[in-house]
Amino acid sequence: MNVLTFTDVSKSYDNQVRVIDRLSFSIEKGEFITLIGPSGCGKTTLLKMINGLIPFDEGVISVKDRSLADWDLIKLRREIGYVIQQIGLFPHMTIEKNIGYVLSLLGRDLGEQKEKAKELIKLVGLDADYLTRYPRELSGGQKQRVGVARALAADPDIILMDEPFGAVDDITRKVLQDEMKALHKKLQKTIVFVTHDIEEAIKLGTRIVLMDRGRIIQAGTKEEMLFAPTTEFTKRFLGSKSFNAYLGQLPIEDVYRPYEATVTKIPQDNETINLTDTAMEGIRKMIKEDLQSLVVINEEDKAVGEFQLQDIQQKIQL
Amino acid sequence: MIEFLRNVLNLYRDRSEFFIRLTMEHIYLSFVAIVFIAVIGITIGITIAKYRRLAEPVLSVVNFIYTIPSIALFGILVAITGIGNRSALIALVVYGMLPMIRNTYVAISEIDDLIIESAIGMGTTGKQLLLRIQLPLALPVIIAGFRIMVVMTIALGGIASFIGAGGLGVAIWRGITTSFPEMTVAGSLLVALLAIVVDLVLGILEKIARKKVLGTVKS
Repeated sequence: MNVLTFTDVSKSYDNQVRVIDRLSFSIEKGEFITLIGPSGCGKTTLLKMINGLIPFDEGVISVKDRSLADWDLIKLRREIGYVIQQIGLFPHMTIEKNIGYVLSLLGRDLGEQKEKAKELIKLVGLDADYLTRYPRELSGGQKQRVGVARALAADPDIILMDEPFGAVDDITRKVLQDEMKALHKKLQKTIVFVTHDIEEAIKLGTRIVLMDRGRIIQAGTKEEMLFAPTTEFTKRFLGSKSFNAYLGQLPIEDVYRPYEATVTKIPQDNETINLTDTAMEGIRKMIKEDLQSLVVINEEDKAVGEFQLQDIQQKIQL
Repeated sequence: MIEFLRNVLNLYRDRSEFFIRLTMEHIYLSFVAIVFIAVIGITIGITIAKYRRLAEPVLSVVNFIYTIPSIALFGILVAITGIGNRSALIALVVYGMLPMIRNTYVAISEIDDLIIESAIGMGTTGKQLLLRIQLPLALPVIIAGFRIMVVMTIALGGIASFIGAGGLGVAIWRGITTSFPEMTVAGSLLVALLAIVVDLVLGILEKIARKKVLGTVKS
């Protein structure tokens, strides 16, 4: 089911160059879309069109099978989570009030707001003690977690995120990305995520949309983008960084060859790798130990299969 | 000098009823003016913060009025609205506008755009935006403007008696016309005292609001 569709959408400022140029695209329920492209490519504009923050001139945008023109914008926005950089938190409200904000707009009672805030702050990995604090008392990473919790408060199907991790340090960003990925897996929300960081786009997106000059240059899975670029632009834009990022997020679980029958004994002289480790980790081990293959083990340390370099190749054969 | 001050104190004691009445009148006149200024000023401030095109012309007019010497304005008003409390009130209200309008406008328009954007993006209506986000965040600066305006109005109220209004200006005016400096000083001191006390109280309020908006540090 398509939760979001763009049909021939165009937008220009002062009848000059089109910032969005006859763009058509649809997003299915549960997808994690990462929008990337050079600055000025229209990715943020496209995102803000979805919740009506930026109007468009031509075409149709449908949210949950209803044209934006037929939506009450206020109602629509309350049904869509919206996360921007940390500064978007309300400085005069406690963390609890910030998280409960949309619920308060919807007129839900205070008890429900508090309950939800307590539940969500745990979900994003913060202690309930933080509820009584103010945003300025939190670190960048903590603020960002609160931002995510706030977007989830009214249990929206769609969440829009505009470079949410742009203002935090590298280490925190990596942690937040991992958490975001896990959260998406757990909650199965449809997420549209704007970023200018190609590694972030590869790591998070179930589908990646590359834009330039108001158009979609290529959209597809990580594998399609990396190993079957349809244009020179895609090839150039993704570069070698994205290949690293790809291997760095590819779990062994997705590529290893399981044993036919259950094997209980571990071949003694072989190095092992966990199911949850990444392909990058596996390759490093193989190079370091000069091996052709690794034994894959599960959480209970049981050997469940084998991992070789060719396995990755099979994954990316399109 | 000591002798003079003793005379002033004696004056307070002997004419306590007179001074209490004038002080009450002064408070009343200022209070009415302050209410008018606050309501009109904050409303205009909010309006020009919303419709930015209006901001420049409105602020220019208010600025211009502010530069007219008060005596001149009193003279003009006497010609139009006559002598008495009404003219005094109009003059006070007109003068007090500038800090109120300007501070409200600046406070609202300087709120971070990202805060406004995230509020709107989450489905905040125009009215909710004003009441829940803009005004609370603008409050410290609005209170600062209010404070300046209140002190200014109380002080200016002392001159209002020149056009026949009540208040402590009556004592000052009488002192001047009858060459009775103790009387003038007695009136002036009360005006100053009134302004200082009110300023202190409002200063505390401003501090509380500032702390609230910037977030309290949990001990």
